[in-house]
Formats: sequence, C-alpha cells, structure tokens
Amino acid sequence: MIRYALTRLALLIVGLVVASVLIFLTLRVLPGDLAQLIAGTNATPEQIQSIRDELGLETPLWTQYIEWIGGILRGDLGTSLLTGSSVAAEIAQKASVTVPLGILSLLIALAFSIPLGVVSAMRRGRAAGTVLSVGAQTLAAVPVVWAGMLLVIVFAVWLGWLPAQGFPRAGWREPGLALRSLLLPAITIGIVEGAVLLRFVRSATLQAVGQDYVRTAAAKGLTRNQALVRHGLPNVGISIVTVLGLQVAGIIVGAVVIEQLFGLPGIGRMLVQDVGNRDLPKVQSELLVLTGFVLIVGFAVDLVHRIIDPRLRQAESE
Amino acid sequence: MSAAKSITTRPGWFRRLWALSTGRFGVIVVAVIALTALVSLFWTPFSPRQTDIADRWALPGWPHLLGTDATGRDILSLIMAGARTTVVVAVGAGIVATIIGVALAALGALTARWIRESVAVLVDILIAFPVLIIAMMISAVWGGSLWVVIWSVGIGFGVNIARVTRPELRRVLHSDFVLAGRAAGLTSWQNLTRHLLPNVAPVFIVQLSWGMAIAVLAEAGLSYLGFGAPVTEPSWGVLLSDLQRYITVHPLSVVWPGLAITLTVLGLNLLGDALREATDPTLSHGRDPLNPPRAAIRHVPGVRA
Repeated sequence: MIRYALTRLALLIVGLVVASVLIFLTLRVLPGDLAQLIAGTNATPEQIQSIRDELGLETPLWTQYIEWIGGILRGDLGTSLLTGSSVAAEIAQKASVTVPLGILSLLIALAFSIPLGVVSAMRRGRAAGTVLSVGAQTLAAVPVVWAGMLLVIVFAVWLGWLPAQGFPRAGWREPGLALRSLLLPAITIGIVEGAVLLRFVRSATLQAVGQDYVRTAAAKGLTRNQALVRHGLPNVGISIVTVLGLQVAGIIVGAVVIEQLFGLPGIGRMLVQDVGNRDLPKVQSELLVLTGFVLIVGFAVDLVHRIIDPRLRQAESE
Repeated sequence: MSAAKSITTRPGWFRRLWALSTGRFGVIVVAVIALTALVSLFWTPFSPRQTDIADRWALPGWPHLLGTDATGRDILSLIMAGARTTVVVAVGAGIVATIIGVALAALGALTARWIRESVAVLVDILIAFPVLIIAMMISAVWGGSLWVVIWSVGIGFGVNIARVTRPELRRVLHSDFVLAGRAAGLTSWQNLTRHLLPNVAPVFIVQLSWGMAIAVLAEAGLSYLGFGAPVTEPSWGVLLSDLQRYITVHPLSVVWPGLAITLTVLGLNLLGDALREATDPTLSHGRDPLNPPRAAIRHVPGVRA
C-alpha cells in the first residue's frame, strides 16, 4: 500500500509539473509581442514597457517559470495585471461561492443517480428501466447551459420559486438567501452530471448482478434483492468511487458555464472574465489551481479506491 | 482509406447497424444534420442575416416556422445555417483528434520501451486536462474562434482516443497475422498501415463518433462563453446565448437551438454505441443498446459544456 501510494504520489508530482509547464508555455509562446498583445493596440510605449517589466518578459523563459512556480510553492499566486490585487486572495474569496456550488451539485448528482441507476438496472427490460435509460441517455446529451435555461424558465420565470440570477451581496452572512440562489445552479449541474453517473451506476449494477457471488448468495437462500443489496451494491459503490474524479472535473467545468448563466460571482466567472481580458498572469495561476485540483482529486480517488477495494488489497499482499 | 475498407469487408456491418434501433436513430439524425448543413449552403427559408424589426419575436407559425428573434431574424434559418458550423466543428475536431490519437497511440505502442512508457504517463496526465481548460488556454492567447473549439476538443479527445486505442494496438501487435506480416518482410510502417490500423479502426471509429458528440456540446458551451464562434457566425451556441438575454420575456425561442444540439449529440452518442456493437465481433448478441459500454472511456472530463 505504501509503495503504491508513493508511486502514485510521484505520478501526481510529475503531473503537476507537466501541467504547469504546459500552461506556462501555451500562454507565453506566442507569435509577436506578448506585452503588446495584452496592452492592446492603443497602448503607449511606456505602458507596454511597464507590462514587460511586470511580467519579467525580458528575462529568459525558464527564469520566468521558476519565479512563477517558486511563488506558487510559497503560496503566492501572483498579482492581477489589471487590478494589481493578489490572485490567491481573489480565488479564496470567489471559492466561497464555487466550492459550496460544487459540493451541492455533487450531492444532488449522487442522490438521484445512485438510486435511479440501481432501479434502472433491476428493472431492465421493463417499462421503468427503459424509461430511466432513455431519460439518462437523453439528459446526457443536453448542453448544461440549455438545461439551466429551461430550469430558469420553469422555476424562476413561471413558478417564481427561486431567483433566476445573482448572489446576495451580503454573501453567506445571509445563509438562507445564498443557499436559495445556489439551488437552481446546483440542480442544473447535478442533473446533467448525474445523468452521466446514472448510466455508469446502471452498468456497474448490471455487472454486479451477473457475478457469481451474487448468484451464490441467492442460491443459499437470499432473495435477489437481498443478494444484490448485501453483496452487489458494495461493489457498485467501489466502481462509483473510481469515476468520482471524472465527476469532479465535470462539475468544475459545469460550474464555469453555470456561474456565467446565473451571474454567480465564483471562480469560473472570474476565470472567463480574465481570459477575455487577457490577464495572463492571473489566468495562468487560476488554470494551474483548477488543473492541480483535478489532478489531486484523481490522486485521492485512486488511493481511496485502493484502500476500500479488498481485491486490490489482496493483489498487493500476494 | 484503409479504415473504411476494413469495415466494409466485414459482411453486412451496415445492416447490423441498421438492425439496432439506436443505430437507425443515430444514422438518421446524423444524415439529417449533414443534409441540413448542405442544403443551408444553397437555401434557407429566409436569409439567416436578414433582420426585420417589424416582425420581431414572431411566434412559431407561418411563414416563420420557429418564430423570429429580437431583430426579426428567422430562427429556423438560423438553426439551419448553424448546422453548418456544427458539422465543420465536429469534422474538424474529429480530424485533429484522429491525428493526435493515432500518433500518441502509435508512439505509446510501437516504440522503444522508455518512450512507450513516458508517452503512456503523458497521456494519463493530459487526460486530466478538461477540454474547457485547454480551450481557455488557447483562447486567452489567440482569442475566441471556431479553431479554439476544434483544437481543444481535438486535443482533449485525441488523448482519450490514444488511451483507448493503445492497448488495442498492443493486442493486435502481438497477434499472429502481424507476426506473419513481419516474417513475410513487411516493414513496420507497412505493417502499421496494412494490419494494425485496419484492425483497430472499429474501436477508433466508435470513439470518433463520441468525440464528435463532445465537439457539438463543446461548441455550444464555448460559443456561449464567448470562446467559440464569433457572434457574427451562425452557430447554435451563439444563438443560445443571444436568446438567453430575453429568456424572461420570450422563453419559447430558446427551446429550439437547445433541442437541435441535444438531438445531434444524442444521435452521435447512439451511433457510437451502435457502431460499437455492429463492428465488435466479440460482443454477445444478448446486448443492451442502452447500456453504456464498459471497456471504453466514454466520459471525457470537462466537456459537459
């Protein structure tokens, strides 16, 4: 186990380094003058020069990279070109919207996909199973933006239950209002991501039903459902853990789009604006934070999977 | 093209595809979209650019079958013209993904051990990059355009294809007929084009079909965020974000472009599922067309845009 963890940790570190190099190079290797590009066509030579100094563009590429990474290792994500404010502070502030949104979305996705996925597998070939399957297949083809718009039309415009846009200025000091404004966005991401997860749960359940140990359990006197719940579902659970990493990545992406749609002041919306403004030092750190987060979640998921799956534990000791 | 040939030499693959309800649905949807894109080059009910302020926000009816938008443009015509963009993006992303996927899979399967292993690690890392993040990197530098969509999906999905194709390529590599080819004096390049690629082609084409579905979704999402098609271009994503601004007053109009996207993505997804069944001789016939394939990586992180 420890050996596996160390190997996986090494892979994570390599991954983070590769990711940082890729992000850095993509944003630096440009046709033409980066400072000119950022400043725009109306900039004075002094403005361009100050951007050049700010970014350290006249030093070699690798010193720029080392400086950036060195800063990040010390917890300094750099400063925004436009506002001069600290990127780390801004991310931390915006995270108070995005993190609860992400957690809520994940909970909604799990809460509806697991039971429905199992039911869809158990009722396979019957009306309920087919309806669920077709529904999940269709939902998985729906663009998140559009799903959000439809939910806004129904729940905000027609029924007026939830706000269509925005986040309370007071933030979490008004927890009720804040939660209400996150609910519709989270449901949007939750059901679209959940549709993907549902298909996965269904196929994992079908696989579990076909296993010998479930048949054995049924043969020794358990009903089909008892056998499935007691012996099949733990295995389904393990399979779900393995795709959680992908789900988290999907939710982050969903959040970027949905924050835009619902006008939520989160990390995703900030990132979209920064990309539009070509605030490269900020974009580069933000992208690394997001990619790093996805890589770290993948690492954690692999470790947890290794710990909870008895088959893998056994393979280790042999 | 060797890829196409290998499938056509399997007897009746299309009939097998057509026999599946999902296959029929996929084929029809994809054909309709392609045809619409083609027709829109010559004819749309109205010009997609023609504005008519007097007739703005017309409800669905005659002559505007799906109504008009805020400047009186005919929504049906806009959707038909948008199909063109969708086809261009899907095909473009498919080509880029194919090139990247084949190159990485070949590097990861056929080269010296250390290169092979490093490529595999690289692919494992790249696969964690959500397509949206790639798109943002590209568009932060080069600005938004359809190329951003084509390249980001092409790269993101190419890596995915490489990951699925590589083990397949290695499996075929150790098969007897490849060994026989080598014994008969084929160079490794000849062996690659004559035996290896045709044999992994089915796996590949299935992936491609799903990849194109992702491209269509990504086009919508990225164009919505302003990283994709420019606002002057007819595109479903742009149309969606145009109409979204009036969603509280004219909710119905936003339904149409979304429906077009969903239908296309569903068609491509089901086509991929069905192709997999029709071309994979090892799959049993007690199949379940709605059941997502287990062995294949289907869900690419970060493309649910």
